Amino acid sequence: MPELTYLEAIREGIWEEMERDDRVFMLGEDIGAYGGAFKLSAGMLEHFGPRRIVDTPLAENAFLGAAIGAAMMGLRPIVELQFADFITTAYDQIVNYAAKARYRWGAGIPMVIRGPAGGGVHGGPFHSNNPEMPFVHTPGLKVVVPASACDAKGLIKAAIRDPDPVLFFEHKLLYRRIKEEMPREDFVVPLGKARIARAGKDVSVITYGAMVFVALEAAEALAREGLDVEVIDLRCLVPLDEAAVLGSVRKTNRVILLHEDTRSGGFAGELAARIAQHAFAYLEAPVMRVTAPDCPVPFSAPLEEAFLPQAKDVIEAARQLKAY
Amino acid sequence: MMQTVSGELGSRLLYYMKFMRELEHRIEKLYRQGKIVGGVFFGRGQEAISAGSAILTEPGDVVCPSHRDLAAFLIRGMEPWVIVAHYLGRRDGPTRGRDGNTHMGSLKHHIISYISSMAAIVPVANGVAFSFQYRKQSNVVLCYFGDGATSRGEWHEAMNFGAVFKLPIVYICNNNQYAYSTPVSRQMAVAHITDRASGYGFPCHRVDGNDVLAVHEATKEAMARARRGEGPTLLECETFRMSGHSAHDGAEYVPKELFEQWARKCPIARFEKVLLEASVLSRAEIEQIDQRVEAEVEEAVRRAELSPYPDPAELLLNVFADTSEKQSPIALPKAEGN
Repeated sequence: MPELTYLEAIREGIWEEMERDDRVFMLGEDIGAYGGAFKLSAGMLEHFGPRRIVDTPLAENAFLGAAIGAAMMGLRPIVELQFADFITTAYDQIVNYAAKARYRWGAGIPMVIRGPAGGGVHGGPFHSNNPEMPFVHTPGLKVVVPASACDAKGLIKAAIRDPDPVLFFEHKLLYRRIKEEMPREDFVVPLGKARIARAGKDVSVITYGAMVFVALEAAEALAREGLDVEVIDLRCLVPLDEAAVLGSVRKTNRVILLHEDTRSGGFAGELAARIAQHAFAYLEAPVMRVTAPDCPVPFSAPLEEAFLPQAKDVIEAARQLKAY
Repeated sequence: MMQTVSGELGSRLLYYMKFMRELEHRIEKLYRQGKIVGGVFFGRGQEAISAGSAILTEPGDVVCPSHRDLAAFLIRGMEPWVIVAHYLGRRDGPTRGRDGNTHMGSLKHHIISYISSMAAIVPVANGVAFSFQYRKQSNVVLCYFGDGATSRGEWHEAMNFGAVFKLPIVYICNNNQYAYSTPVSRQMAVAHITDRASGYGFPCHRVDGNDVLAVHEATKEAMARARRGEGPTLLECETFRMSGHSAHDGAEYVPKELFEQWARKCPIARFEKVLLEASVLSRAEIEQIDQRVEAEVEEAVRRAELSPYPDPAELLLNVFADTSEKQSPIALPKAEGN
């Protein structure tokens, strides 16, 4: 089997689901003839035609709302956001309409809202955000954050088959930087199951998205110092695999919560609360957060590098935990 | 102008308009008695709009009513006692107490629920119409909203989207002159909703919203156009809100003369006059409709008040599909076709 990049893996996952199920279609800006801003849908218009690869006007409320209505009627829309940052313009549709419809009146909305998130590519303040938290905080939405190519494929397929609205944040830094061989058979990665990206016994790093690679890089360096780091890739923030988080903490007794999103109100806070409540007696040291600071994502390279959590930050945090 | 209408259609239209008014009247009474809490919205004086249009829907068509369109719910077959149970926050309402007032939907009846952020329903209604196009169904969506909603960005985005995709949808604006306390003159600098919408590239018509036959005729034409695949139409139904924004609102900001002036244009009284003058219905037949409506509304309230309140044990059910059916002690509404 050939290796696929993270981006190709997502395309293949969508492609297979569209072949499997005529109810699945994709809509968004510039996804047809142009193949999408990141060429994720390249070749799809030619293969599936304009009925199922639908170019829309530049109006997120209009096409997200349309996806909601179509999903309510039993179709399975996939909405591409050109950049995840622009999700703010359709906040009302997602939070007030999609998230509440099943709870209010039993109207299931099986849709996927996907797009590139995250920094590291000098995208500046409007093309680099990690917008997951408002949606994690909205009951009724699932939030998926894949870190590997296999997961990206398996999770997009699970998201498309899911009966509820799923936000699928792809990390644009990973699109063409990572490659993996895909399993031969039709596979899905179930939503809500974390992955042990590296097993270890001394410190747990709980993370997701591109930060998984930062954690792994740090783990390699720390191994040379005799520190055995476990890296947990959450894969999904909602539903959360709380058992995997607590299990790792109970094993290592020291934990670093790592994310690229900014600190205050970030997912680390939620994890810290759960760990404090359910694994307090297992902790040998305080829970440590390594995150971006509370500022917008800056453009210029030295600023962006200072903003993004680096392996050295994780290494420093692990050393502190060890010395505590 | 003397319009012709069959006895069958005439009596159905009159029945639904009267039913809407009487049911809302009783709901208001329950609110004044403290039995209904929260917001209570009426379409008093606007009955011709939802009745005259929704009556044209075929079984596979879909309506997306606003909070002034109760007749659309009734015409699509939502049972009146279920509507009252909903207002009362009881378990037999279509949201089982999770939501109130006119926030009702039922996929079974092809009624899509609007939400409180005005105009949010319009992009969603487009999506329903898109699904008809996708599946090559010849069905049509009727999407209702008020004059205030036409100031929202979602509305403008949706008008454009509907036009670009030539969606099978009819946009029906209840222009009742006020968005809460804000008159249309503070809502827009143009005179009519049609002035706003006509730039999007589909026909827009102003209709006498207090003339049920005019609404009926205009909707019929717009639906036929949509079914032919020629795209959307906007109908601006000019009317007047004969109440406050909701039951708590005394509408002191509305000049008294306006209420007096529009009271003389009551769509129900006007239609009765048309039916009588054209000898479509007799006085006795109209009285029969009145009696039937009164008895049915009475029965709806009686039955609704017997419905139990929801069990707090249901609080967390149905947030997601996998927290619903299996764990629920009662039958929960299920989405169709998913």
